[in-house]
Amino acid sequence: MLEQKHLLGLEGYPGKDIQTIIDTAFNFREVLDRPIKKVPSLQGVTIVNLFFENSTRTRISFELAQKRLSADTVNFSASSSSLKKGESFKDTSQNIEAMKIDAVVMRHPTPGSPKHLTNFIDSVIINAGDGTHEHPTQAILDMMSLYEKFGKLKGLRIGIVGDIMHSRVALSNIHGLKTMGAKVTLCGPPNLIPEHINDLGVSYSNNLDEVIEWADALNVLRIQKERMGRGLVPSTREYRSFFGITSDRIKNHKKEIVIMHPGPMNRGVEIDGSVADGDQTIILDQVLNGVASRMSILYLLCGGKTVEGV
Amino acid sequence: MKKIVLMNKEAVARSITRLCHEILEKNVNSKDIVLIGIHNRGVPLAQRIQSKVNEMIGVQLERGSLDITFHRDDFRERLVVPEVKGTDISFTLNDKVVILVDDVLYSGRTVRAALDELNSFGRASMVQLAVLVDRGHRELPIKADYIGKNIPTHEGEHVNVTLEETDDIDSVLLIREKE
Amino acid sequence: MGLEKISKNVLLKGGTIVDPYHNKTYKADIWLKNGDIFDIGNFDIPSSSDIIDCTGKVVTHGFCDLHVHFREPGREDKETIKTGSIAGMAGGFTRVCVMPNTNPPLDSPESVNFIMKKAQECPIHIHPIGAVTKGQDGRNLTEMGLMYQEGAVAFSDDGIPIQDGAMMRIALEYSKLIDVPVINHAEDECLRAEGVMNEGKISTRLGLPGNPDLAESSMVHRDLELADFTGAKIHVPHVSSAKAVDLIRKMKQQNDNVTAEVTPHHIFFNEEDLITYDTNLKVAPPIRSEIDRMALISAAKDGTIDCIATDHAPHTVEDKETTFDLASFGMIGLESCFGVVNKVLCKESNMNLIDLICLLTMQPRNLMGFDSDLFCKGSSAEITIIDAEEDWIFSKEHIKSKSINSPYIGKKLIGKIKYTISKSHIYKNS
Repeated sequence: MLEQKHLLGLEGYPGKDIQTIIDTAFNFREVLDRPIKKVPSLQGVTIVNLFFENSTRTRISFELAQKRLSADTVNFSASSSSLKKGESFKDTSQNIEAMKIDAVVMRHPTPGSPKHLTNFIDSVIINAGDGTHEHPTQAILDMMSLYEKFGKLKGLRIGIVGDIMHSRVALSNIHGLKTMGAKVTLCGPPNLIPEHINDLGVSYSNNLDEVIEWADALNVLRIQKERMGRGLVPSTREYRSFFGITSDRIKNHKKEIVIMHPGPMNRGVEIDGSVADGDQTIILDQVLNGVASRMSILYLLCGGKTVEGV
Repeated sequence: MKKIVLMNKEAVARSITRLCHEILEKNVNSKDIVLIGIHNRGVPLAQRIQSKVNEMIGVQLERGSLDITFHRDDFRERLVVPEVKGTDISFTLNDKVVILVDDVLYSGRTVRAALDELNSFGRASMVQLAVLVDRGHRELPIKADYIGKNIPTHEGEHVNVTLEETDDIDSVLLIREKE
Repeated sequence: MGLEKISKNVLLKGGTIVDPYHNKTYKADIWLKNGDIFDIGNFDIPSSSDIIDCTGKVVTHGFCDLHVHFREPGREDKETIKTGSIAGMAGGFTRVCVMPNTNPPLDSPESVNFIMKKAQECPIHIHPIGAVTKGQDGRNLTEMGLMYQEGAVAFSDDGIPIQDGAMMRIALEYSKLIDVPVINHAEDECLRAEGVMNEGKISTRLGLPGNPDLAESSMVHRDLELADFTGAKIHVPHVSSAKAVDLIRKMKQQNDNVTAEVTPHHIFFNEEDLITYDTNLKVAPPIRSEIDRMALISAAKDGTIDCIATDHAPHTVEDKETTFDLASFGMIGLESCFGVVNKVLCKESNMNLIDLICLLTMQPRNLMGFDSDLFCKGSSAEITIIDAEEDWIFSKEHIKSKSINSPYIGKKLIGKIKYTISKSHIYKNS
C-alpha cells in the first residue's frame, strides 16, 4: 500500500505514492462518468469529517468522494460542536476515536493539528487543510489536473500567484510539484512572500508578466478580502493592477497558458470573470478531479490494512 | 512444480470458435448482444469472440471491458496497491444481452463482483457468462453458460491461461505445486 | 531519598571541592554541624556523624537561579512555592528568584511580603522579583522602594515586555534609588505579532507564524541604550538570538551595569526540533536557529552571558496538550538544568566545569548582590553534590515539579545532581 499511514502533508511525501494516487484517481474519474457513480470499495468503513473551520467546498468534495465509495460518513463541525463549550482538542479527538472511526478527514485553523491528532487516535488521518501549513489533497487534485492537461508533471513550469504567505495551497503545491520534477515560480506582493521560501527550491518574481511568459500554467490563489486594508495589500485596485489575471493581460501575451484556481474566486480581484470563464482555464476540471483524487486517497488509505508495524 | 500443457494454440482457437457458435445459437437476435471482457485476459478473449462472430455472420458486436478492482470483496485484506486497468463501457447496457467473458471460472467471486459492477451501466435484459476454462471449486452459486473446457482440479493445482495478446503465447497449463 | 532534616553531624567525605569564589578545586571533606559548615579539611570520623561518601563527586556551591515561575499565588495547580523548592533542590538549586507574573502579580509591598512569609517554610532561599508596573500594565510604576524594603531583589514585568520606551526609562531611573537590576523581557510586541516560533525556514515549512530575531534584538538595543543613558542596572533575561548577543557584548565593553542570562533550552535545542510540533518547545522567546544556538554557547564561554537561568515555567498538561497556537509558552527546567548545560557547554563545547559552576553559582549571586563566598566556616550550608560524568536519560520520575511540561523527557543528559543541602535540609536524588 502507500508508504505512509496518514496523509498529513506533501513535504517529504514519496513521489511514487503521489503518482499512484493520481493514476488511481483517473480510474475513479471513469467511475464518475457512469450512470450510477458509486462503487462498494469502502463498504463498512466509517469516516468522520472533522471540520474546525468552515469550508463548504472541501467538505462537500470529501463527502461526495466518501459516498461514491460507499463509506459511512459523519460530519462534525466546530460551529455545532462542543469545542465552543471549552472541551479540549484532545477530548474531542478521543471521543471520536471511542466511536470506532476508521478515518478522520480534518480541517483545522492551526498548523500541525492533524499531526497532533495522530498522538491521540489510531485512525487514518487525512489533512483537509491545517491553517497556513498544508492542504495536500488540493495539491494532488491540482497536479492531477495538470497531468490530465499536459500528460506529465516533470519539467512543467508552474507559476503560483498571490498571497503565498498565508496559503496552505501554495505550500503543498510547492512540495508536491518539486517532488514530481516541475519548476515553480512564486509571484505576489513581496510582503506576502515568506522570507525563507527560497529554501524550498522555488524562484520568486514580482513581475506577473514575466511569470506568464515563462510558465506553462498559473495557479492563481484567492486573495483573502480580510488581508485588504490590514496593511498587507493597499487596495483591491492596486492588487489587481499588479497581480490580477486580467483579460487584457492574458490577451497581450498571445500565448497558450493554462489557468487554475483552487476556489472560491474573487472575480474582478485576482482573476477577471472573462478569464475565469474562458477556454484556458481548467477550474471546473479541478473540481471534478477533486472528487476523483479524494476517492483515490480514501480508497488507497482506508482500503488496505497497513503492513504490520507501519 | 510441474506444468502440464492441457490446450495449445489450436485447441484454444477451436474452443473460441465453439463458444461463438453456442452464443449465436442461444441468442437469436445477435444485435442485442454485447461482449464485456473482464480484466485481464477476459479482454482479449472478448476481442477474439467479437472478430470470430464478425467472420461467421458479418455482425460487429459491441464490446467493452470491466475492471472489478473497486468491487472486490477482499480489498481490505490485501497488502499491495491494486493495479487498476480501468473499466471501459461507452454504451448503455439497458435491454442488452451481456455476455461476460473471462479466462478461468474458479471461486465465482470475480463474476459476482462483475455482476455487481455491471449494474452501474444500466439494466441488461440478460447476463450470460462465457469462460475458456471452468476449473470447479465454486464458493458462490454461480455457473457459466458457455465453457471452453472443463478441467477438474485437485488441491495444490492451478490452471494458468496465457494468451498471445498478454503473454505472447496461447496455452492452458495445469500447474501442480508438488509432485 | 527525598528531603530530610539534616542531623547534628554530617561529613561530606572524599569529594572534590569546587569553590568558584576562590577559584579553587581541591580534595577535602566538609564537616557540617547543625546544617552549618563547621570545618573543611580532612577529618577522622566522630562516631555520631552521618557520612556521605562523595568519592568521585564534585562538591560545590548550591546553584542560584534568577528566573523561575512558581505560580503562587493564583495557579497553585501548576506549582507552589513549596513544590517549586523541591524541584529546585532536585536540580541542585538552593536559591531562586521568583518572577512576579502571578495572579495577582507581585506589584505591592504586601504581595512581596506574602512570598517572603511563604519562603520561610521552604528548604531553599527564595527571593521575590517585584513587578515594574502595577498589574504589569506597562504604565504605572510600582512602589519599588517599599517593595525593596520588604525583600524584592529586582524588578521585572516578566512575560510582558515593557513596550513604552519612556516607561522603561522612568523605571530604570527610579531603580537607582535602590540600586537593583531591572529585568525586561525583551521583545517588540509589534514585530513578534502572532509569532509562536522562530521565523525562519522551519516556520515557513510548518506554516506557523514566525517571531523574528529582530523582535528581540531591537528591544535589547533600546534597553541597553536606555540603561547606558540612565546609568541604571539592566539585566537581559533569556537571551535567544545571535543579534542580541552581539549587542550585549558590545555594550559590556563600556558599561559594567549590563548583565545577561541564557536558559538551558536555548543552548540545547534549535528550531529544527520543533518539526514535530512539540508544544513543550513552545517558549518565549522562541528557540532559534543553530547559528543563534552557537552564538549563545560562545557568549556563555566568553563572559557575555553572566549566568544560566532556567525560566522554569510550569504548565498543566491541558495547557500544553493542545494545538500549537493555543498551547501556553514555557517549559519546566530546574530538574534537568545541570545535565543539559554540562552536556552542551562542558562535554560538547569544552568549557571548564568550574567556569560552568560560576555561571550557576557565584555570578548570579554577585549580580543580585547575594553573598557568594559560601565555603566559610560558620556559614549556613548551601551545597550541591554532583556526579559530573553520569550519563542518564531524563524521564518523568525525575520531575518533582507539579507540572511535567518538559521536552527533555527521553533525552540523554550528562551530569547528575546527587545531593543538595540548604537551610539545614538535605535532598537526595534517587
